[in-house]
Amino acid sequence: MAYVAIADRDAPIHDPHTFIEKYIWSQDHKVIAIQYSIVAIFVGLVALVLSGLMRLQLGFPDSFHFVDPNQYYQFITMHGMIMVIYLLTALFLGGFGNFLIPLMCGSRDMVFPYMNMLSFWVYLLAVIVLLASFFVQGGPTGAGWTLYPPQAVLPGTPGAGLGIILMLVSLGIFIVAFTMGGLNYVTTVLQARCRGMTLMRMPLSVWGIFVATILGLLAFPALFVSAIMMTLDGTLGTSFFMPALSSMGQAPEHDGGSPLLFQHLFWFFGHPEVYIVALPAFGIVSDLLATHARKNIFGYRMMVWAILAIGGLSFVVWAHHMYVSGMNPYFGFFFATTTLIIAVPTAIKVYNWVLTLWKGDIHLTVPMLFAIGFIFTFVHGGLTGLFLGNVTVDLPLSDTYFVVGHFHMVMGVSPVLVVFGAIYHWYPKLTGRMWDDRLGRIHFWLTFLGTYAIYLPMHYLGILGVPRRYYALGETEFLPQSVHTVNAAITIAALVVAASVVIFLYNMIVSLWRGEKSPPNPWKATTLEWQTPDTPAKHGNWGPRLPEVHRWAYDYSVPGAPDDFIPQNVPVDSRYATGTGHHG
Amino acid sequence: MAIAVVLVLLVIGSLIFHFASPWWFTPIASNWSTMDDTVILTFWVTGVVFIAVNLFLAWVVWKYRHRKGHKAKYDPENKKLEWWLTIVTSIGVAAMLAPGLFVWGKFVNVPEDAAIVEVVGQQWHWNFRFPGDDGEFGHSDATLITPENPFGLDPDDPRGSDDVLVASPELRLPVDQPVKVLLRSKDVLHNFTVTQFRVKMDLVPGMITHMWLTPTVPGSYEILCEELCGMGHFAMRGRVVVTPREEFETWLAALPTFGATQALAAADPAAGAGLYAVCTACHGASGEGNPALNAPRLAGQQAWYIRRQLDAFRDGRRGAKEGDVYGAQMRAFAAMVQDDTSARNLAAHLEGLAAPQPQATVAGDVDRGRRLYANCANCHGHQGEGIWALNAPRLAHMSDWYLVRQLQNFQHGVRGTDAGDYYGWQMATFADALKDERSINDVVAYINTLDPEPVRTARKD
Repeated sequence: MAYVAIADRDAPIHDPHTFIEKYIWSQDHKVIAIQYSIVAIFVGLVALVLSGLMRLQLGFPDSFHFVDPNQYYQFITMHGMIMVIYLLTALFLGGFGNFLIPLMCGSRDMVFPYMNMLSFWVYLLAVIVLLASFFVQGGPTGAGWTLYPPQAVLPGTPGAGLGIILMLVSLGIFIVAFTMGGLNYVTTVLQARCRGMTLMRMPLSVWGIFVATILGLLAFPALFVSAIMMTLDGTLGTSFFMPALSSMGQAPEHDGGSPLLFQHLFWFFGHPEVYIVALPAFGIVSDLLATHARKNIFGYRMMVWAILAIGGLSFVVWAHHMYVSGMNPYFGFFFATTTLIIAVPTAIKVYNWVLTLWKGDIHLTVPMLFAIGFIFTFVHGGLTGLFLGNVTVDLPLSDTYFVVGHFHMVMGVSPVLVVFGAIYHWYPKLTGRMWDDRLGRIHFWLTFLGTYAIYLPMHYLGILGVPRRYYALGETEFLPQSVHTVNAAITIAALVVAASVVIFLYNMIVSLWRGEKSPPNPWKATTLEWQTPDTPAKHGNWGPRLPEVHRWAYDYSVPGAPDDFIPQNVPVDSRYATGTGHHG
Repeated sequence: MAIAVVLVLLVIGSLIFHFASPWWFTPIASNWSTMDDTVILTFWVTGVVFIAVNLFLAWVVWKYRHRKGHKAKYDPENKKLEWWLTIVTSIGVAAMLAPGLFVWGKFVNVPEDAAIVEVVGQQWHWNFRFPGDDGEFGHSDATLITPENPFGLDPDDPRGSDDVLVASPELRLPVDQPVKVLLRSKDVLHNFTVTQFRVKMDLVPGMITHMWLTPTVPGSYEILCEELCGMGHFAMRGRVVVTPREEFETWLAALPTFGATQALAAADPAAGAGLYAVCTACHGASGEGNPALNAPRLAGQQAWYIRRQLDAFRDGRRGAKEGDVYGAQMRAFAAMVQDDTSARNLAAHLEGLAAPQPQATVAGDVDRGRRLYANCANCHGHQGEGIWALNAPRLAHMSDWYLVRQLQNFQHGVRGTDAGDYYGWQMATFADALKDERSINDVVAYINTLDPEPVRTARKD
């Protein structure tokens, strides 16, 4: 690709002087990244507390009078939506995307810094509107995170009045925020890479975030229009998704709409959404593994193509969420086939991660532990996806705890392990300080083992037939007492994992002051963000001169080289240079 | 180091868990054992991958851990290895997909000799319909649903008059007869699941969905709703009883047809007033109730509910449980109601009696009660007026001490435990959400503040 001069502009597009310009109304991508991350983590903690409340009810159904059925359904809905959209999507793209893209691509900032700033403030507005629904008449919506009509807007579902409208409005605002950020990420990757940074030299973190953003830009509009249509159904009495029906013995004035239409639109967004969260995690974990194993990523080109293939395929698998929805059953043949095909590039990624470690020099640092933990949980979650993607196998398992176990392993635990690993990894660059290693290790072990203790048994409960989204199992003939016992055990594991988050937050916050000063490149990493003249990187990132890239991102342990890493901006040396030959 | 050991232990632990855990498929009761086979096949394929990848990972982490002087091998790619892995993976995926699609091919093709039955879902109940002698269902439409025509059948469609209605959550099916299950929802999404049958499908308002199966093992199986359908989702239960054909035919023959339910004469409150004379000794001349005699208010209670409770008392679904002293008393009196017509007339009389705000006898925290009642309102109505469509009786302006006692009965297994008392069972499930005595008093204290009259009047218009 021809080099574009936009990154070469020496004069920063914006030049902050006051405290407010620097840290609040800031156009600096690093500040925006921190703002995005703090809000996302805050709202994620809200969702974590909600899951704890749900687990208390499920584990000890007779004990906690502060969780009633209405609230239980409100909690699962808000927990799911917050975790998927307002935490993971916002954190991976708004947080890591903002921080890493300009630094890893050797740019001074995003291409549209003002819009980038607006993106954060609009995101904050979306979060406020979302949280406001806790304080309105009827409370937040309890329609489940999928918000399926008709029940989302009909009596019988908590929050069917204001709650669901606020949720839909908040989603609409979020999508506006995402679009402003997303256009920035894509444009910056395509137009503002420094000299020498060809697409096939980019670190996989950037590839993952880049492709995820494209997926988002293509998928979120489907959610956007369905949010608008459902808002109209709920407020003006249109019938996009509402057929003629009898609700509570009364006949509302709806006719001719299709509940299945919403499901198609929702999952046309919803399935790519899984990869909007997964692809950045894939990319980031690749870089963690390579850096801490002191080894080049194995099969870089295959990894890039796998990301693109997964991204493309993710748009033609959506109806595997709808095998039992009542859609024409013949769709099952098509969607089962596409879904299982997506397993192939995904498996290749797993093999290549393991083969990256193979013959490596593995430093078991805290980020590396999280990365290895991710491989385990992702293999587990990916393999159980082969059950649910295969239409026949899905039928007995659909809507049971097998599904809950599966998606939490694959898009809850796995990306969160990467989030933690990534925060530990880049914290020294972000703050100039190092966290407490012992606390980091305790955090890892509690999270990794604790989450497996939560979700492994759930798969087996699902095979037995325990239904999901039940406030209480009550007396169900085919469920033995052991189901209630294991539910209590799961709750205890969940509380332990939640407590470990406190350790993490303590470590991150206290280390801001008490942490040891970190060298600029503590992990001896090759990628550009570690080569900034200042740590933490200053406004404009690179001082007077932009870096120039001479090699791919993975020149670790190059034979003959004096060190076990060669940063991307180090010129080629004919004695041992191998980095540009294979991958120029 | 520790991580390598832990990975091995997790693999071993997962295997032990897999084989030792007490949770596995329920014994299958339909023809779909091939679905279990595809699950087990998938377990084998994915299990091998799970073990292989993770043990290899553990070995790699141990073998190539950092030691002094150790250096990584520079190894950008290995096309041969990558292709080899891709091909093996593709074969593994195909090995799971092909059998899956083969079985799915059977599922999408309903056998020609399949009988038909309709499952009707609504918040939070199951009903069923058989096509009658003509083998065809009459047309149905959600807008036709009324208390007199709860199935929403079209009275002008001649195919519908012989349709057999099962106005209860218990369905019976003959063993070894393939059956196409047509699924219809009155209101929101539901999902018809009988775990032992393996197959399940959503009910979608505005369309008829279907699935098919052959019940193969006589027995009694629970129906669960498995698509979130609102607050009462977890309590939307029913039962399928699979019986020999003769037993099924006998059961079916005793059920009313749609035509028969439409031909019933309207209830006569005046006749009911005459019958009520016997009841006045306890329940009071105008049905106001008498706490001293443990007789609740009846005035203003919905007729369908009084009828259902009279039935329940008469056939022992209510009041027969040990410990239900007052219920047992009522059973003796209920036996005096001769037939359905009498019960209907009596109930119509009681519904018409005025029910002014009674003297409150229960005290509690009204604000807390309001929050708790938000759950109850989903069925019983925001003013406690009772909603026939949800099988939820009127609560407001009824005897508050009686509400407390019934909630306690539901919680303590005195009421709602009889196998035939589905509505009582459901209420017992909801009553468990009130987790202490204080909550019961609070919610009843709030019900004491409600005024159902405006809602009732509005509904009648």
